[in-house]
Amino acid sequence: MTLAAHSHAAKPLRKRIADASEPYLYSAPALILIIGVMLVPLVLGISYAFRDIQLLNPFSGGFIGLDHFRALGQDQAFFRALRNTLWWTGASVFLQFIFGLILALLLDKPFAGRGLVQALVFLPWAVPSFLAGLNWAWLFNPVIGPLPHWLHALGLLDAPNNILSDPQLAMWGPIAANVWWGIPFFAITLLAALQAIPRDLYEAASIDGAGPVQRFLSITLPFLAPTIAITILLRTVWISNFADLIVVMTNGGPADRTQIVASYIFTQAFKRLDFGYASAIALVLLVLLLVYSLLIVLLRQTMLNKG
Amino acid sequence: MASIDIQSIRKSFGAFPVLHGVDLTIQDGEFIVLVGPSGCGKSTLLRMIAGLERISGGDLLIGGQRMNDVPPAQRGIAMVFQSYALYPHMTVRQNMEFALQIARMPKAEIDKAVENAARILQLTPYLDRLPKALSGGQRQRVAIGRAIVRDPKVFLFDEPLSNLDAALRVATRIEIAQLKEAMPDRTMIYVTHDQVEAMTLASRIVVLARKGIAQVGTPLELYERPVDEFVAQFIGSPAMNLLAGEIIATGAETVVRLDGGGTARSAVPTQTSDMGRKVNIGVRPEDLLAVSGDGLFSGEVQIVEALGEVTQLYVARPGGGAHIIAKLPGIHPDLRHKTVTFGADPAKVHLFADGRSLLYR
Amino acid sequence: MKSKPVLTILHRLAILAYVVFALFPLFWLLKVSVTPNDLLYSEGVRMWPSRTSFDHYAFVIAHSAFPTFFKNSLIVAGSTAVTVTILASLAGYALSRFNFKAKYWIVALMLITQMFPLVMLVAPIFKMLSPLGLTNSLTGLVIVYTAFNVPFATFLMQSFFDGIPKDLEEAAMIDGATQFVAFRQIILPLTLPGIAATLGFVFTAAWSELLFALMLISGNDSSTFPVGLLTFVSKFSVDFGQMMAAGVLALIPACLFFLLIQRYLVQGLTAGAVKG
Repeated sequence: MTLAAHSHAAKPLRKRIADASEPYLYSAPALILIIGVMLVPLVLGISYAFRDIQLLNPFSGGFIGLDHFRALGQDQAFFRALRNTLWWTGASVFLQFIFGLILALLLDKPFAGRGLVQALVFLPWAVPSFLAGLNWAWLFNPVIGPLPHWLHALGLLDAPNNILSDPQLAMWGPIAANVWWGIPFFAITLLAALQAIPRDLYEAASIDGAGPVQRFLSITLPFLAPTIAITILLRTVWISNFADLIVVMTNGGPADRTQIVASYIFTQAFKRLDFGYASAIALVLLVLLLVYSLLIVLLRQTMLNKG
Repeated sequence: MASIDIQSIRKSFGAFPVLHGVDLTIQDGEFIVLVGPSGCGKSTLLRMIAGLERISGGDLLIGGQRMNDVPPAQRGIAMVFQSYALYPHMTVRQNMEFALQIARMPKAEIDKAVENAARILQLTPYLDRLPKALSGGQRQRVAIGRAIVRDPKVFLFDEPLSNLDAALRVATRIEIAQLKEAMPDRTMIYVTHDQVEAMTLASRIVVLARKGIAQVGTPLELYERPVDEFVAQFIGSPAMNLLAGEIIATGAETVVRLDGGGTARSAVPTQTSDMGRKVNIGVRPEDLLAVSGDGLFSGEVQIVEALGEVTQLYVARPGGGAHIIAKLPGIHPDLRHKTVTFGADPAKVHLFADGRSLLYR
Repeated sequence: MKSKPVLTILHRLAILAYVVFALFPLFWLLKVSVTPNDLLYSEGVRMWPSRTSFDHYAFVIAHSAFPTFFKNSLIVAGSTAVTVTILASLAGYALSRFNFKAKYWIVALMLITQMFPLVMLVAPIFKMLSPLGLTNSLTGLVIVYTAFNVPFATFLMQSFFDGIPKDLEEAAMIDGATQFVAFRQIILPLTLPGIAATLGFVFTAAWSELLFALMLISGNDSSTFPVGLLTFVSKFSVDFGQMMAAGVLALIPACLFFLLIQRYLVQGLTAGAVKG
């Protein structure tokens, strides 16, 4: 094999510039797209909140200051949506987390067929959200779904009716679908964190005489705490913005009982074509979520400082 | 032709200098070991020779040709990485063939080269295995085999044994020594922080410290005539003892009154002008002898480490400070908590002024 | 530690309950889709119909716009997955292998985009795409989906590149490989699981997306599956068998890709060679 050194004409300066620009060239296409399709629309969206933008009205477009926000202050539907969002997000996140944690703990124990079980219980995560919504809407439909009959048999329902059309109960429908759909996300994240806990810690603890409950409280929970905190934070923000299931299952009804802010924005933009007002609501939601995230981060910080 | 000329090579990462200017000439067929504390730039120097790191200043010549801007593959070198860097998705055979296929060598010749290397390294039964199915020692041999098949003029080794356990490390070290024996005209450059590897493998050792070369020499030169306190303490284990004192007699033999009370004679010559100079004397633990009567110092033996063939004694330093270590041949279980006087052959006593050896001036 | 048999039985029962809970809705979808219409109401709550038929599937495939929706979704999800994977590989490689000034800002930008509500972008994106003729077009959807999925995919690819030791590239350089050869023969084969996972992730996300598809597309010709199914549902809300047959069809690609990701979720190819 020839190893003769060809004397390359060295162009250090040109080469250095080429080297320095390499990472920028690689990331440029992704960045341009993100800026063009996400950042610019975000800025535009914020500006729309202060303008009169109606798609079918050619005379709209003018600057109207805080009018949208004043209207929002009077909008009973918005405040109902805000309360519904709290309910929807709180119940969904709480149930997803509890059932996800239990599933992760169950799967952390080795048993025959664990790989298959894991694939099966994580499957809902792969189901498209709109299909999950439709699927659960059908399950709640007394004509073809078994759930109303079962609930009636258990005495939870007076008659085998569709809870999605019952103003008192309708919200439970999308929540059930959301829990079914979201458990795998929590389980996968928590399982990964569980498996990162050094096994010898448990052995040391049982030598020290700690029972299963003590081991869980003194080892598992503290180790999982950071993952739990960040996952719940991200999931809360995400679920507050997640309108698919509600749009598919109830479209906000009956009587706006399941209308959350995200689906309300969608209704304003898509059905009324009032983009200005939709953007104003979205801006309020964004600010509320930012405040929430900030509070959580601050709370964590103070807890860390104390501990 | 594989002599290597390193001419005032500099390296800095951003504004942070790593090597100030290294000059080194390596002859055809030498086995050069680069040693030094971590962060001294020994790996960086090796990687600059390999072409994996830009040379910030100075010239690198291999076989008389300037190589600063020549791609690694055309420098006539092969490299063995600390992590082995085997391609995990390729079998042992494919790993060794890779470079030859890129060089478009005929298939028959590739097979011959690979099988030859596999035979030398006892890898023949493993040729169709993936790296993950090999032990650590076998992986290291594949990495060496990958270098051999290319038949390079220069072999570069970057701490190749540091991921192996003690027994394998000795075995592989001997294999590398035999490999060098079998290829007397190939130049090898080897980076390590292990002195035993350095002392046993090297034809010359390069000690790097403080962003440059501290000393270059054969292993015994470095051991017997270290240029400064750093090299003196870096080569040899346990490290050389240093004791502070003042020159009270000069001439062909120098006499030093030690701060701890004793006096030391050294065969290092000094001049009249050195009279009264503050110096450190250096004595290797293995050169300290238990004596009766006058010696360098007396102290209580606080810890005794019986290693069988030798006994290491940790002796309280007169006036306080770190232990002085003495290494006596044989077994001496009775010395614990005894006060012992130590002396040394003047030929084995080094003299350092301001850190530099008085042998060199 | 001894495991008590009672606890083991409880553990297995709990696992069984989760499996049933996870699979039951999908099972029901399948069950209704193969129930002939005349049995649909009389055997509404039976676990399996006394007679099965594939008429609903035949009808959906032959007489509805679903083949078009399916084709559109396949085009959109496929193009999005490929485009995102290419862009994310490039950006992920830059983030993994280079130290450059803007790196911090790029990471921050990508993280922030994961936070803000996409509903807020619906109106501005519509306004921006409309004059370009990209509303009611599959290309427009691909562009939007690509942008939405690039940040997460970039982080995913970056972590896969981080898992490939830099030594391997240097060894390839010394072996004489050009950048292209090193990429094709060393980096690409080792990143294949990552690429598969990213493709699967993005495909599933694009296949499922509903809100932007509803907003940007009107008219059957360029409707994607979610929009088509939803329109179908609101128009003919009594043809349950057909809707569920369409639902099962919509499920197939997503589940296939899930199985693909599942295989690569934990990946130990390089670990064996790097660890001693």
